[in-house]
Amino acid sequence: MFCLRKNVPNALLYPRDCTPGKFVAARVKSIPPSGIRKFFDLVQEMDDVISLGVGEPDFVTPWHIREACIYSLEKGYTSYTSNFGLLELRELISKCFGRDYNVDYNPRNEILVTTGVSEAADIAFRAIIDPGDEVIVPEPCYVSYKPSVYLAGGEPVPVSTDQENAFRVTAEQIEKSITKKTKALVLSYPNNPTGAVMRKGDLEEIADVVNENDLVVISDEVYGKLTYNGTHTCFSSLPRMRDRTIVLNGFSKSHAMTGLRLGYAAGSEELIGAMTKIHQYSMLCAPITAQMGAIEALKNGDGEMQKMVREYDRRRRLVVSGLNKMGLDCFEPEGAFYAFPSIRSTGLTSEEFAGRLLKEQKVAVVPGSVFGDCGEGYLRCSYATSHEELIEALARIKAFIEKL
Amino acid sequence: MKEILEILESDPRIGPKEIGTMVGITEKEAASKIKEMEKKGIIRKYKTVIDWEKAGEEYVYAIIELKVALRERTGYDAIAERIAKFPEVRSVRLISGDHDLSLTVRGKSMKDVAFFVAEKIATLEQVQGTVTHFVLRTYKEDGDVLFEKERSERLAVSP
Repeated sequence: MFCLRKNVPNALLYPRDCTPGKFVAARVKSIPPSGIRKFFDLVQEMDDVISLGVGEPDFVTPWHIREACIYSLEKGYTSYTSNFGLLELRELISKCFGRDYNVDYNPRNEILVTTGVSEAADIAFRAIIDPGDEVIVPEPCYVSYKPSVYLAGGEPVPVSTDQENAFRVTAEQIEKSITKKTKALVLSYPNNPTGAVMRKGDLEEIADVVNENDLVVISDEVYGKLTYNGTHTCFSSLPRMRDRTIVLNGFSKSHAMTGLRLGYAAGSEELIGAMTKIHQYSMLCAPITAQMGAIEALKNGDGEMQKMVREYDRRRRLVVSGLNKMGLDCFEPEGAFYAFPSIRSTGLTSEEFAGRLLKEQKVAVVPGSVFGDCGEGYLRCSYATSHEELIEALARIKAFIEKL
Repeated sequence: MKEILEILESDPRIGPKEIGTMVGITEKEAASKIKEMEKKGIIRKYKTVIDWEKAGEEYVYAIIELKVALRERTGYDAIAERIAKFPEVRSVRLISGDHDLSLTVRGKSMKDVAFFVAEKIATLEQVQGTVTHFVLRTYKEDGDVLFEKERSERLAVSP
């Protein structure tokens, strides 16, 4: 019933006895709505759209993980867990850090299981930011860092990265943005939306700057497993970085578990303890069903994960080569599942391009400008879509460009 | 090599041009690698999985288990090869357990299959006994499910 009337304002459906808008806090009012929302609404009204606009895997959660969730429900595991999350899960996560990145965390008090990486990022910012603290955020980046910093009372300081430097932030750039108020640095590599990854050498230079200026680092590594050339370097594995870094990671991308909402944070006891304080008063604990699935994912999920990664890698080459061939300059993304082609040659803004592409050829992409001002002139094309759909989408984009 | 095989196993219609792009080699290299694997018999055949029931064709399948007496100096291979020559026989496998060989037989009707087994298979000198299981329904064939495939119900645009 609500669907049928979705375009009618509520105020016309029900008489109002006050203007509730006035109750909304000024801080919240001042945050612009996510640019992605606008596109979502447009796409909803159309049929037969091929979407490269999705920020999640097209795979359904592997069956053995789903079965573990179902089994846990059957067994009656429906209670709260420890605020930190199930100890067995934290032990497995700790083991993975040791095995994959050679960095040790005590599962008892240095790992916090959260409701998705989004929650982990939010409470990490809230745990470290005092009013007026500045947080350096390299852009383009995932849409929620800046608002989260702002809502925590901090001041996000964007730093632009560019295609010439493969969308990697440099130590020099970070150094230039540091003021007396700078408290923290956000790193998110492999990067959404560009697919950029950092070289170990670059990270080491950044680590020096971080150390000299006594900063804390929030490193969102949720796409870490989706690294195609070489392996991912966990920021906290660098010398002197472990205790001043909060590593965020989760199961959404690596194990196709987005809707199960499960992430985690790892860091020194003090920082994780501060985050846990907020977590216990807000989220209390992550859903137990998802935690049970995650245990299975870490125990037996490597095979399925590697299969998915190999498949993404193939699609990646297909999309990047397709985009470049049609004249959209696209640098080679080495991680995540996004291609980030430049559309400057067309003379359109990213929003114009994405809007017209949707209307004229029914392909949904996300304008790069949504991810920061320096994303203007680019598009985010997710290749987490079946091979057939990718081929069709590329053909449609080509047809669109040829008509311009 | 393995990558190319993985791609072809899931969709044999993908051409060498795309395969080349996907694994990072040229179209020519991909084509010659595929040719080579065809020649070597690594790639045996390109097939289509068909839901015949949906196509309105009535086929009856049966799984037949055989007990086989081995003749002097000839192993299971010889009898298996003989049985495999019948076009009605879709698969022949040597198995462990109570029986020795397991066949899949396809026919137009149950009678068709039953008579084929009785006249052509059971009468073979080395076959000592047969057990016939008629297939009532196939849910998964060669790694492909034959019922409604699951689709991820994703939102069309998400961060």
